[in-house]
Amino acid sequence: MKPSLAIRISIHALLLAACAITLYPVAWVVKTAVTPRQSFSPSPNPWPSTWSLSNFRDVLGTHQGATWLFGRQLLNSLLVSASVTIVGVVLACGAAYALSRFRFIGRDFSLRGFLLSQMFPGVVTAIPLYILLDHLQLLNSLAGLVLVYSTTAIPFCVFMLKGYFDSLPHELEEAVLLDGGTHFDAFFRVILPLSRPALAVTALFSFLTAWNEFILAATFMSRPASYTLPVAMQNYVGDFSTEWGHFAAGAVLVSLPVMLLFFALEKHLIGGLTEGAVKG
Amino acid sequence: MTLGLVLHLVVWHAYHGAEESAFEHATLAFETANPGVSVELVAVPFGAYSYKLEAAIPHGNGPDLFVGKSNGLQEWIDRGLIDAIDAEVDPSQFVSGTLPPLIHHQRLYGVPLAFKSVALFYRRDRITKPPRTTDELVAIAEREHAADRCGLAYEAASLSYHAAWLHGFGGRILDDNNQPALDSAEAARSIEFVRMLANRHLIAEEATGQLVTDLFNRGECAMAISGPWFLSDIEADVRFGVASLPIVSSTGKPAAPLSEIEALMLPARSKTHAAALNFALFLSGKDAARLRALEGRQTVATAATWQLDEIKNDPVLTAFYDQFKLAVPMSQSRALQASWEPGQRALRRVLRGDVDAKRALAGAQAEIVATLRPAPPPAAKLPFAISLFALGLALLWWRQRAQPEVAFRSQPVAYVYLAPAAVAMGVLVFVPFVVGAAMSLFDYDGVHATFVGWGNFGNILRARDTSLFSPLSFYFALLVTALWTVANVALHVAIGVALALLLRSPLLRLRGVYRALLIVPWAVPNYITALIWKGLFHKQFGAINALLKVCHLEPISWFAHFWTAFAANLATNVWLGFPFMMVVTLGALSRIPRELEEAAALDGASAWMRLRHIVLPLIRPALLPAVLIGAVWTFNMFNVVFLVSGGEPDGSTDILVSQAYRWAFQRGHQYGYAAAYAVLIFLLLVAQTAFGRRMSQKQAT
Repeated sequence: MKPSLAIRISIHALLLAACAITLYPVAWVVKTAVTPRQSFSPSPNPWPSTWSLSNFRDVLGTHQGATWLFGRQLLNSLLVSASVTIVGVVLACGAAYALSRFRFIGRDFSLRGFLLSQMFPGVVTAIPLYILLDHLQLLNSLAGLVLVYSTTAIPFCVFMLKGYFDSLPHELEEAVLLDGGTHFDAFFRVILPLSRPALAVTALFSFLTAWNEFILAATFMSRPASYTLPVAMQNYVGDFSTEWGHFAAGAVLVSLPVMLLFFALEKHLIGGLTEGAVKG
Repeated sequence: MTLGLVLHLVVWHAYHGAEESAFEHATLAFETANPGVSVELVAVPFGAYSYKLEAAIPHGNGPDLFVGKSNGLQEWIDRGLIDAIDAEVDPSQFVSGTLPPLIHHQRLYGVPLAFKSVALFYRRDRITKPPRTTDELVAIAEREHAADRCGLAYEAASLSYHAAWLHGFGGRILDDNNQPALDSAEAARSIEFVRMLANRHLIAEEATGQLVTDLFNRGECAMAISGPWFLSDIEADVRFGVASLPIVSSTGKPAAPLSEIEALMLPARSKTHAAALNFALFLSGKDAARLRALEGRQTVATAATWQLDEIKNDPVLTAFYDQFKLAVPMSQSRALQASWEPGQRALRRVLRGDVDAKRALAGAQAEIVATLRPAPPPAAKLPFAISLFALGLALLWWRQRAQPEVAFRSQPVAYVYLAPAAVAMGVLVFVPFVVGAAMSLFDYDGVHATFVGWGNFGNILRARDTSLFSPLSFYFALLVTALWTVANVALHVAIGVALALLLRSPLLRLRGVYRALLIVPWAVPNYITALIWKGLFHKQFGAINALLKVCHLEPISWFAHFWTAFAANLATNVWLGFPFMMVVTLGALSRIPRELEEAAALDGASAWMRLRHIVLPLIRPALLPAVLIGAVWTFNMFNVVFLVSGGEPDGSTDILVSQAYRWAFQRGHQYGYAAAYAVLIFLLLVAQTAFGRRMSQKQAT
């Protein structure tokens, strides 16, 4: 069933318009980044009048003594975000599976608990969290950041995955159990492979949660070499003035890996399911 | 050098750019002169600076020394965050006026590094002689305006800039006893003066720091008011001069800006005071100060440095020096903090032409007094315990009644799957939550906590001291928050689902490209895009008004009216949030077998019917959790509201969570009160989610 030409043209027109609106502010970030100045011009034209890589050179070239700071911080960010993605998704998978497939005492309570945890504004919990990490000896360590970010990402992941697991027919596992497999076999061999789209969404989400955060990271980490990239980028923003060029170049550099990740995950994100399994 | 004997000092600062590198070079010089000491400089982002200090110092994780500002002094001392400097410091070593702001109860709390105040920048290609009086300033601005440029650019709606005019007209922010004194006739006259400048288009409208820089660099504005930090923003080809602000013609007094002192301060409980002080004195010494002045363009507090020829003959630095002699030191008191937001609000209302200066200032004064009002009285613990117990019982009874126990066979294997996540959440989320919630029962300013029972809640719910419909009242913010949440979630879902449906067809060309481009808002840090959206909505220079002009429509002053400001926030947040819903929907759509729809199409179902009866019901289960959690996030979406409208106009677009933030950090650190806000937000969200769930269950059956 191929749609008619008129419909196809209008679909493209709508998508093009949406992309234009979406990219307009982003073009601004790029313009500010490639303009070799630290000011920020608010004229309506988002097309850069000059092209220069000097801001990128400055941001990429930050050093502290012999340490290449940008490289270290990029590594920190990648380590933290990748760990959060793994820890968050693994923990959430288990919890979501339990909530979706089993009846047990405390089920309702846990289900609500995950949602409730998103409701208390961070304005008041950050200082207690700091004290807690201090007691656990996790201040100024990437592991501490990974734990904190994971708990931020888990509730959403649990919800997404539980919703997804709910929609998978129970017969799939029953078949495994009948063949003499355990629940664990069913979970690892059947459920997880079928859940690739939901896993991709939650992985992307967990990654982004960790990738863009800076307030907690700036508070918990006390060495430039242990900062994550967003903290380093925030250093260009001052009390009175902001180095817009550097900040924008940093934003572009910070966003690129996310774009790459999205490209990598896209296949799984959208079309990861065999139709036969769903028809059940 | 024997490694074991090296003393290690950690110094925190929030400098960037030239100031940072000058600071680094001065530190290197210190290390060369003192081989037994190594100094580690840690640049902390300004946005997290005071927060980090307040968290780290009480727990012994602070630095050995940090760069702080004089205006936060009283609070830091009250909270036991800094120690006095016990060594003898020779006052003649420093520029006069730089020590008193660092003295509290006859004790010195910092070694001054630099002073900062604003002054007048002018472009030499436009103005040969800077104006000495406001009459001259107006005359120059008139001339520039006649040539289709603007005369003066500065952040007119910011109280820290306006203070110069306020003082020039004889008014002040606080009186001698540190009580708010904004409701004077002199203050009203100063605001009327600026209003006159705005009405005659002599100053740039809605000027932000970025706009001032841009206008000055492009030569659109011949004069700007800014501080030393502006120097690094001016482009190399601009010839400019710096002068003191003019004398106010009607009073004969100079317009005196606020000044603050940057100093090295000693955190409490650090064990390296002597070595840290040694470093501080080195940095404030003549040579290090010379480096900071020449390389970092700092207006240093070291007297001897100003005797050096290269500094003495620097017209820019000396202009700031002259201006500093006339400046008014910023008060250390907390009352100044509390005056900031209401004073600024009054200023904006008058500049918008909503109300005359006198009435606006009277309103501001009342607001300051309301913010600083006495804490709720201490409460006895027994009646509180009884009421809490009764509340608990009532809750238990209600739950018991609502959900009769269903008998089922528990499957213990579930706990194996659940436990890791539950434990992590329990420790890292539940514990801080309980501590935060407990804070709401105290009057707590960061140091002194008094148990007040339900006192904070009583004050919030009775909307004490403010009218029910004032933007400061809880109920008003609640209404705005509800509206905000509903509008955002509806648009997120509508746009996200619509785009996902457009992107659905596997035959669509460039599908992957569209999908990747449309997710971009999610990938770029929202801090920077929120600021760009704010720029797009600028009245004079924003792209959106430029677009309106092309369509022959009147430009809109977006942040002057509630609905337009709300719409600006909404547009930003919808832009930030739709990719998330789009991705979730795409994931859900991919699982709907095409055959189902094709069969329906063969049976004669129209596209709309297929969407309505097949597609939407099938993606609902996947969308529902996203909507529930999206609603919670939107309810607490602080960044957008704070960065785009900033609560404008008059704090009316503030949502509950930004109000809580203001109570915690901008209105004299009333943490207990803010925590009570947070608890109420939590309870509201619990109710909202329960309601949403019930509605969706009803719909499903």
